[in-house]
Amino acid sequence: MSVPPVAPRADWGSGVAPRNAVALAGSRIVAFCVVEWQKLMHDRTELVTRAIQPVLWLVVFGETFSRVRAIPTGSLSYLQYMAPGIIAQSGMFVAIFYGIQIIWERDAGILAKLLVTPTPRVALIAGKSFAAAVRALAMVVVILLVSVVIGVGMTANPLRLLGAGASVVLGTIFFSCLSMVIAGLVMSRDRLMGIGQAITMPLFFASSALYPVSMMPTWLQHLSTANPLSYEVSSLRTLLLGNPGNLWSDFAVLTVAAVLGIIAASRLLGRLAR
Amino acid sequence: MSGAVDAVRCVGLVHRFGDVLAVDHLDFRVGSGEVVGLLGPNGAGKTTTIRLINTLLPVREGTVEVFGVNVRSNPMGVRRLIGYVPQQLSIEGALTGRENVTLFARLFDVPRRERADRVREALALLDLEDAADRTASTYSGGMVRRLELAQALVSRPALLVLDEPTTGLDPLAREGVWERVRRMRDEHGMSVLLTTHYMEEADELCDRLVLMHRGALQAEGTPSQLKAAVGPGASLDDVFRHFAGGELRAPEQEGLRDVRATRRTARRLG
Repeated sequence: MSVPPVAPRADWGSGVAPRNAVALAGSRIVAFCVVEWQKLMHDRTELVTRAIQPVLWLVVFGETFSRVRAIPTGSLSYLQYMAPGIIAQSGMFVAIFYGIQIIWERDAGILAKLLVTPTPRVALIAGKSFAAAVRALAMVVVILLVSVVIGVGMTANPLRLLGAGASVVLGTIFFSCLSMVIAGLVMSRDRLMGIGQAITMPLFFASSALYPVSMMPTWLQHLSTANPLSYEVSSLRTLLLGNPGNLWSDFAVLTVAAVLGIIAASRLLGRLAR
Repeated sequence: MSGAVDAVRCVGLVHRFGDVLAVDHLDFRVGSGEVVGLLGPNGAGKTTTIRLINTLLPVREGTVEVFGVNVRSNPMGVRRLIGYVPQQLSIEGALTGRENVTLFARLFDVPRRERADRVREALALLDLEDAADRTASTYSGGMVRRLELAQALVSRPALLVLDEPTTGLDPLAREGVWERVRRMRDEHGMSVLLTTHYMEEADELCDRLVLMHRGALQAEGTPSQLKAAVGPGASLDDVFRHFAGGELRAPEQEGLRDVRATRRTARRLG
């Protein structure tokens, strides 16, 4: 081909004026959330298949242990007590395997394309973790509805429901970032799947999802204190059931965990890009 | 964008993966509005060079500028000038063609009021309007490549970077990609930097070729200049063999990066 070079057309290659950092991060979060929602709408089977396990926890485990009355849950029935735990668990299960998607995107070349857009790595990870939260929230709505159907009396106050949604979002951000950190370290879907399976149940059992922290052995109580899932469950019990708790400290811990998760995952993103 | 400024300028570019020297003091330029092809055997350093230019790898030694913007000091500025299509077929199969392109319009901050029109324009440019609302998982390989070009073009980049854009495509699909790249250059004056293993593609599409071997520049010129340099009646295949064919490096010296990437793609595609 020997056509002489031509001058660029005026409206091509002019770039777009840079935005401020907050607007930039906000626009990326919206972009990735929209994509996640679109994917969910194109294939809704995941909402059903992923709901099966938490529903079994509620219907089989919850109903059975409600009859045993072996776990002291104060003024709440055991089913009421564990429902927020199962809601938090279902969000965590969505999030903890989210790193697999990052590795898939890396293998597919999608991550490289995303990293060549004017998107800072922190904004990319924040966008991805909020996108995981969109998926988790869709799941949580299903579990909430099932909980109501099986007789778990929960609040209908929109502000409290909004607060519960915020708690799930923060928890999902942390756990999806944890998953992306592991992805950045192990760089393989198979290894991440194995590690994800290995840590989900310990995280679940070392939280107040199924039983009060006071019932745990001392060493497990220490683990529970360091486990963000405990704070998510605690805030959900307060918001959905009116159980006494400290919402400020719960949300403070969840917010700090989410921010640290985003920073750690964005630091490791470069390893995946190479 | 000034026509006088080079689209890409690399000076003394060096990159190492551990002990392996992947790019060895590379100097080359892409003029504004030029289509330049990077040629070389596997492990020659083509993809590494592309990844240094598009900010995926950090530039530690040497200088890279895209339209005068330094890659090291202003990577975000460089990204706003580039449209990039990687080696792999890299679209989100669960989204429609339109949704795939819209995502990149958002990520490049195309204003909301212009977004739908720009997405439509990019899809039309690649003849994908009819398939725009089908999920991309139903697209053929050639359509996926065109969709990737639409994603890269929706931001109206000044420089299009294509890493082996037609690998794995049938001859018709390959011809379709060439035609669109030519149209971009002729209608919009877009500069294009591409890597390829197909000599026919390099001959058809490129104004100038940069031949690399072992990370270093071996030869540079128009296809006809390079052929003339090798001898009367020489083809680009002869040029390739002349500059690289006799001493291809062993896979272990390539750091196995290409092999790993190929395996990853093979696993993904089953």
